[in-house]
Amino acid sequence: MSLLDAGLATARDAVCRVSEFACPPCQTALALLEERVRLGGGGRLATTLCGLDEALGGGIPLGKLTEVVGPSGIGKTQFCLKLALLATLPECYGGLNGRVVYIDTESKFSSRRMIEIGQKSFPQIFRQEGLAQKMAGRILVMRPASLSDFTKSLEQMKVTLLQNDVKLLIVDSVAAFMSSENERGTTGFTQHPLRWALSFLKSIAELTRIPVVVSNQVRSQSNDDGYHYSFEVKRRGDGDGAERLESHLVAALGIQWAHAVTIRLVFESHSGQRFIKVAKSPMSPAVAFPFIVESSGITLLNDEGIDVSGPEITSIRCQGQNLLGLLPFENRG
Amino acid sequence: MAPNEIAQKLLLQGAQNAWDMLSEEQSQKHITTGSGDLNGILGGGIHCKEVTEIGGVPGIGKTQLGIQLAINVQIPVDYGGLGGKAIYIDTEGSFMVERVYQIAEGCISDIMEYFPCHHDKSSSGQENLQPESFLAGIYYFRICSYTEQIAVINYLEKFLGEHKDVRIVIIDSVTFHFRQDFDDLALRTRVLCGLSLKLMKLSKSYNLAVVLLNQVTTKFTEGSFQLTLALGDSWSHSCTNRLILYWKGNERCAYLDKSPSLPVASTPYAVTSKGVRDAGSSSCKRVRVM
Repeated sequence: MSLLDAGLATARDAVCRVSEFACPPCQTALALLEERVRLGGGGRLATTLCGLDEALGGGIPLGKLTEVVGPSGIGKTQFCLKLALLATLPECYGGLNGRVVYIDTESKFSSRRMIEIGQKSFPQIFRQEGLAQKMAGRILVMRPASLSDFTKSLEQMKVTLLQNDVKLLIVDSVAAFMSSENERGTTGFTQHPLRWALSFLKSIAELTRIPVVVSNQVRSQSNDDGYHYSFEVKRRGDGDGAERLESHLVAALGIQWAHAVTIRLVFESHSGQRFIKVAKSPMSPAVAFPFIVESSGITLLNDEGIDVSGPEITSIRCQGQNLLGLLPFENRG
Repeated sequence: MAPNEIAQKLLLQGAQNAWDMLSEEQSQKHITTGSGDLNGILGGGIHCKEVTEIGGVPGIGKTQLGIQLAINVQIPVDYGGLGGKAIYIDTEGSFMVERVYQIAEGCISDIMEYFPCHHDKSSSGQENLQPESFLAGIYYFRICSYTEQIAVINYLEKFLGEHKDVRIVIIDSVTFHFRQDFDDLALRTRVLCGLSLKLMKLSKSYNLAVVLLNQVTTKFTEGSFQLTLALGDSWSHSCTNRLILYWKGNERCAYLDKSPSLPVASTPYAVTSKGVRDAGSSSCKRVRVM
């Protein structure tokens, strides 16, 4: 007020007008629904894993941040490779007919493997001349070597996405630049080195209306993780010990990141099988699907899925398999 | 001055005597949450003229409860509801329209079940019970930064003046932008206090319920790290009621942590394909969506 030498009433009025201007427009939910129907395709990228697509309401949603998290070697990169391929396919085959930006922070991207997935899953398309080359040519792979490279490439991402008709952004994996020391020191109010990148990914998804898929790593539980509220702690005696042992892995990047993603798919293994669990999704039930990794990528063993009740849907297990010793895929022909 | 004159003077200044307040409170309708048990610990449901904070870990069902309330506030007066509209302020992007449609259908099917003879009498009433009309009654704002969040709360006063039938404002979640982008904690506290005061004032003057969804964080207390709602200790004073959603074994539970008139209590509840319902209800969660 003193800056503008204006009275209180004028200042209040100015605040009102600015707020009205700065406020985003209002829409009714019905208008949102009609827009969704009009856009067709349900606004989804189908993963071709029928059970998972049905649980997610058609597939990976556009304009939202989807996270894929699991222990190393379980199949997250295989999943991302298949998604990248699917997005390049023409719409008649269920794709988005566009380019893909694949940010590969751990040098796991293998074009040979992706073509193989394509040939085995869509033999009729890939038999056509030159199509494999065209599809592969639509995937832009970036390999940032450090956190600052990653941040820099993200800053230019908005322009890249809009200029090149990109229909899918994959970051595999977003936790690569986080060391465990970095993370442990950031409980409470975060000075998280990745904080900016994470919120940027989410806003970019909304702005460009494309799906953004990120893969995340796991880390072992530490004493810094809280699990109970103060009112719960009073009642529990010594139950904590038993609970801790059940799930000894947690997703990296902390609870703030867990709140920020819209959909979280947990890949885990136990009892000799691997599962994809829909751990967080505003519109899906809590189900787990057993899967295997074949030459044609990830295949679900059971489209019905298994209902999972309780907090188990968010836990990540890694038992019963020596994942480090496994090949990237089992040759089932 | 005689006591009567003093009372008269205070009344003119906007005070109210406690007896009048009590009769007013008793005639207030509450917004049902969909679960009878949850309504029970809340004293009938979400109260109008109060700010209720609901917090919990990711995936526990905060957005589900928010959407359920946005639908339930629209239940017509004939069927025991408020017949009002809802404002849904979405800061995280978890408002998925197909799910809202599904919950609206679930609400309508429950109404038909409890009031089978009603819609025989009034055929016009039946036409209004379509999921589309419930969706049309939700005013949706998508907020992408804390500036927009402040702007929308400032703008609400004018909006509410134009749309007098709004009876609930839901902010999902109030935390998100303030955790990501704010470095100055003291400023953050001041801004948040200002926002909560404005919301409190709006709820009282327009007779609506304000529901704020909050995230969790870990805090070091009593020798160990525990979960607590985000935004700090000063924020925890800003709300009239606080409900914490948590996992107890395999069930979702709600704990009423703060209320001016009700005792602390907890109760289980469930999220089904129809929305938020009592725990142990038989409706299977899995139904094909659209």
